[in-house]
Amino acid sequence: MKVSGAKIVVEVLVEQGCDTVFGYPGGQVIDLFDELYLSRDRIKQILTADEQGAAHAADGFARATGKVGVCIATSGPGATNLVTGIATAGLDSVPLVAVTGNVSCDLIGRDSFQEVDIVGITMPVTKHNFIVKDIRELADTLRTAFKIAKSGRPGPVLVDIPKDVQQAVWDFEPKPDPVRPYPLSFASEIKLRKAAELINNSKRPYIYFGGGVISGKASAEIIKLADRIDAPLGSSLMGLSAVPADHPRFLGMSGMHGHYASSQAQKEADLVIAMGARFSDRSTEIGGERSYRLIHIDIDNAELDKNVISDIAIQGDIKDALYRLLPMLSETSRPEWSERITQLREKEAELLEREKHTRLPKNCGGCTVNCGRADMPESEKLAPYDIIDTISSFASENDIIVTDVGQHQMWTAQRYPFKKPRTFLTSGGLGTMGFGLGAAIGASSATGRRTILFTGDGSFGMDLNELATSVSQNTPLVIVVMNNGVLGMVRQMQTLFHGERYSNTTLCRKTDFVKVAEAFGAKGGRANNLDELSALAEEAFAYSGTYLIDCMIDCNEMVAFSDEA
Amino acid sequence: MRNDQYVIGVIVSNVSGVLSRVSGMFTRRGFNIDCLTVGETESPEFSRITVAFHGDDDIRNKILKQLEKLHDVKEVEVLDQKDTVIRELLLIKVRNSPNTRQDIMTAVEIFRSKIVDYSPTALICELTGETSKIDAFIELMKPYGIMEMCRTGIVAIERGNSCLKTSR
Repeated sequence: MKVSGAKIVVEVLVEQGCDTVFGYPGGQVIDLFDELYLSRDRIKQILTADEQGAAHAADGFARATGKVGVCIATSGPGATNLVTGIATAGLDSVPLVAVTGNVSCDLIGRDSFQEVDIVGITMPVTKHNFIVKDIRELADTLRTAFKIAKSGRPGPVLVDIPKDVQQAVWDFEPKPDPVRPYPLSFASEIKLRKAAELINNSKRPYIYFGGGVISGKASAEIIKLADRIDAPLGSSLMGLSAVPADHPRFLGMSGMHGHYASSQAQKEADLVIAMGARFSDRSTEIGGERSYRLIHIDIDNAELDKNVISDIAIQGDIKDALYRLLPMLSETSRPEWSERITQLREKEAELLEREKHTRLPKNCGGCTVNCGRADMPESEKLAPYDIIDTISSFASENDIIVTDVGQHQMWTAQRYPFKKPRTFLTSGGLGTMGFGLGAAIGASSATGRRTILFTGDGSFGMDLNELATSVSQNTPLVIVVMNNGVLGMVRQMQTLFHGERYSNTTLCRKTDFVKVAEAFGAKGGRANNLDELSALAEEAFAYSGTYLIDCMIDCNEMVAFSDEA
Repeated sequence: MRNDQYVIGVIVSNVSGVLSRVSGMFTRRGFNIDCLTVGETESPEFSRITVAFHGDDDIRNKILKQLEKLHDVKEVEVLDQKDTVIRELLLIKVRNSPNTRQDIMTAVEIFRSKIVDYSPTALICELTGETSKIDAFIELMKPYGIMEMCRTGIVAIERGNSCLKTSR
């Protein structure tokens, strides 16, 4: 069958199981979008407000489902707008295929209109990338892109297709099935035995897991492990939602802004069993002296002994490794350790209660708006945890929680009662402000489920153009803006480490997010206190489309550190 | 921290951009390269890259693992320097004058170098050998006036039967 390159792209996308693409048209992808138009009954096309939004949406689509997300952009600025989204997906191991158009092969290298070397630009932020200059290689290159994206530790792959290759005509041979990932690597038996010996001999084991447990579908196995060896569970930011937040063994996120009990238990443990986590610089005690021994299991060999040196490093699929490890472990109870964990939990509750009654410092740092929020009695203020509790009381356990980046992200991570894997989508590695709205749209379009976006006035200012998309897609979306008028995360560091010099973190802009929402065709309302929030939440959760709640909070609110709870 | 030199052989797909990917990994991860050479292998599908770098075992392991992750990298191996033939090629242009000519000729002979171009004012010597030999020769030429020089960086191949071949 002789068809155009553009048609080949569409046929391979369908063949690979892609049912939705996010993108933005342009001069060098006209042919591709023409074919997409003709195939609109087979592939849903979501036009975003800009290409960054498309990349985040494809990312959210992939995070919510585990499938490969696909985004399409034109050459030049279209392609460069994808870069942040691709890097975001890369650092959080999200399977993504980004397709870009480029100028025709004979114009490449001549600084043609809207020409950039996107393959060169994205080389360090993709798992792999391609430019296809020969139509004969187009179909197989796209198939390989999907294969790489979903194999082993998933990641983003970019395929750059010059316009003349989209227009060229060549034979296309359809394949009946999507490509299979490369074979998984499996843990070595000897190392598993050594690990079992360490675990059986440990007095205070602690299980630390990351996002790899979600992509490796090993939630049930880590709970079995915890039960069998009577150990607490803690996670990285990316690991959240892998086990129910209210699971009796789960102590919550550990690390810089993690739960006190979780981080403390990790410090006091004599053995940490880490799985699908890469010990980023935000995790507990990175770089410091540690008193525990470490078993590290990961699908990516390069993560082992990269940031922390382990005692036993095991490369392999986590689900398989645990399945084989469990029978080697003696069923033990560790009453002393359990007792200590209980104490730590009690201490955490105590610290949390104490913090509630600590008056926030009053410092509006040169803000001229004089919102008066800092002077309000504490009891009348809208507190971040109360916002999260109220919203979660309206939400169902299938709703997908998405965040942007900043204080609201950490509050959500600390507080939200996640129940099921893939219901918490956040930019953990790259920390991309402006990730949230695009990702929420992608997640909702993939699953048809309601999505809740927790964001801040800083982050939301970076992605609010995607309101246009969520309204036109009629996305069931509740946007909760924790509006403190400042860039809170940076501001809190300025409070603590930079002598309260609030350089460029005081926004206090005149932007009215409720009117913004309405202007885009969404609904919205402002909450100054809990009663108003409840009333708005009721309306928001009854509404089928996009609803924004602008929550006014004190700019002096801080995210707790794990060492002080 | 130990700081040894390691030489690794890398078999990669012979496709455009592969050198950027390999050298880019070093830049991105903050590893320093002493030298890097690349050329086609006996099978035109693959190229062979030889990289030398300084570091300890930990850095060496990290480099190996990161290289193995690259899609275009098919095989990576640390070459045991005791059991490996390592060579570098030097072309060096030295000032030619009646007073120094004889001394240069003597050095060329002792080092088993070759004079490959000769003019009344300049001559070019070609030398192959291990890095230390090349360094010594350059040192020796300095007083005579080095006009320009270039060296290839090392290529290396293991002695005996064992070969760096792709199994993928």
